[in-house]
Amino acid sequence: MSLIIFLQETLVDYGAFAAIGAGLAAIGAGIGIGQIGGSAMEAMARQPEMQGKLQGSAIVLIAFVEAVALFAVVVSLIK
Amino acid sequence: MSTVFAGTEKNSDEFDVNEMIMHHIKDSHEFHIMDINGHAVSLPLPIILWTDNGLVSFLSSAFEHDDSGSVIVSRKGQDFVKYHEKIFYANNNGSEKFISYDANGNIINKKPIDFSITKMVFSMFISMILLVLIFVSTAKTYSNSRKGEPTGLGKFTEPLIMFIKDEVALPMIGEKNHDKYMPFLLTLFFFIWINNVMGLIPFFPFSANLSGNIAFTFVLAAITFIITTLVANKDYWKHIFWMPGIPVPMKLFLAPIEFLGIFIKPISLMIRLFANISAGHIIILSLISLIFIFKSLWLAPASLFFSVFISLIEVLVVAIQAYIFTMLSALYIGSAIEEHEH
Repeated sequence: MSLIIFLQETLVDYGAFAAIGAGLAAIGAGIGIGQIGGSAMEAMARQPEMQGKLQGSAIVLIAFVEAVALFAVVVSLIK
Repeated sequence: MSTVFAGTEKNSDEFDVNEMIMHHIKDSHEFHIMDINGHAVSLPLPIILWTDNGLVSFLSSAFEHDDSGSVIVSRKGQDFVKYHEKIFYANNNGSEKFISYDANGNIINKKPIDFSITKMVFSMFISMILLVLIFVSTAKTYSNSRKGEPTGLGKFTEPLIMFIKDEVALPMIGEKNHDKYMPFLLTLFFFIWINNVMGLIPFFPFSANLSGNIAFTFVLAAITFIITTLVANKDYWKHIFWMPGIPVPMKLFLAPIEFLGIFIKPISLMIRLFANISAGHIIILSLISLIFIFKSLWLAPASLFFSVFISLIEVLVVAIQAYIFTMLSALYIGSAIEEHEH
């Protein structure tokens, strides 16, 4: 019941939905970055001699995932 | 503390974070430096307009820091007002209000074509001058050194140039053609990087959010798009419109998707850089404005710590974004000139 009231109240104020959207995007990006980080660590543990290359590509991949989250943030900023 | 931010507290006592951040993120006709006792100190920049009566130009100080459309500037028999950083023709029907709205609250006044040297353009000129100075003096160090070894600034720029060559151009474009695209890739990398870094320096004449401006990233992405389209060979178009090696219904299905992909690639380039840099600026400013939201000096150390922390992350992010933009441009160009054997 309270959810309906909340939705009715927030229907006027789209900013709340924008914040929820930004939060969902952050969850997605968090999962993505976690996956990349975890796999990179695992790979580094298996092959320490590849550490430099793995670190570089992990950072680049993280930047890609982050960009997707930021797309969502931009959309929620535009409202 | 209140005197420092008096300029943004003009309308109400409440400190409007949204307005302060958006004011910083967006382009403006004057370069706001600081507020002293409620008076804005800013660098006036030239406003250049193409109007019905020809070219009109004046300094933005003529508007007296007004951004609400209440100060008129008359030039060549025409009146102009500035409203939310857009220049409009003012009403000259003798009414008090210089701007008229329609039923939906949109402004119906006509706009002259605006070629102004805005804050972003000013910032871009500075970055261009810096780049020319850096690379001309780098080139000079090579003519002075005996064995072609880098000296002076060359010690800083040569590893970066070799990085772009070895890690971006060679693997993405290939041994045969990479030389032709190196100037473009290097320009792209250093131009984006220096503008990103200049945006992180928080005082005049830096701090403009240039690479977080969608027009700026649009032009860079458009250049990549034009180059990719112009140099593309037969194989590239064949792989878009008639993908070899798959059944005909699948070919028909893939063609429109691949065709859209031509445009989506540069658009994603554009939005990636824009969103990353804008988000960086917004985060740093939000952390600093926490002090003013909670009106507590005790929050200042935490706010300062986090903004320094994010700033340091941003130093990494801006370099990565410049690299990613360059790498993806190289990848798109490389895929356009790749020769297939089948």
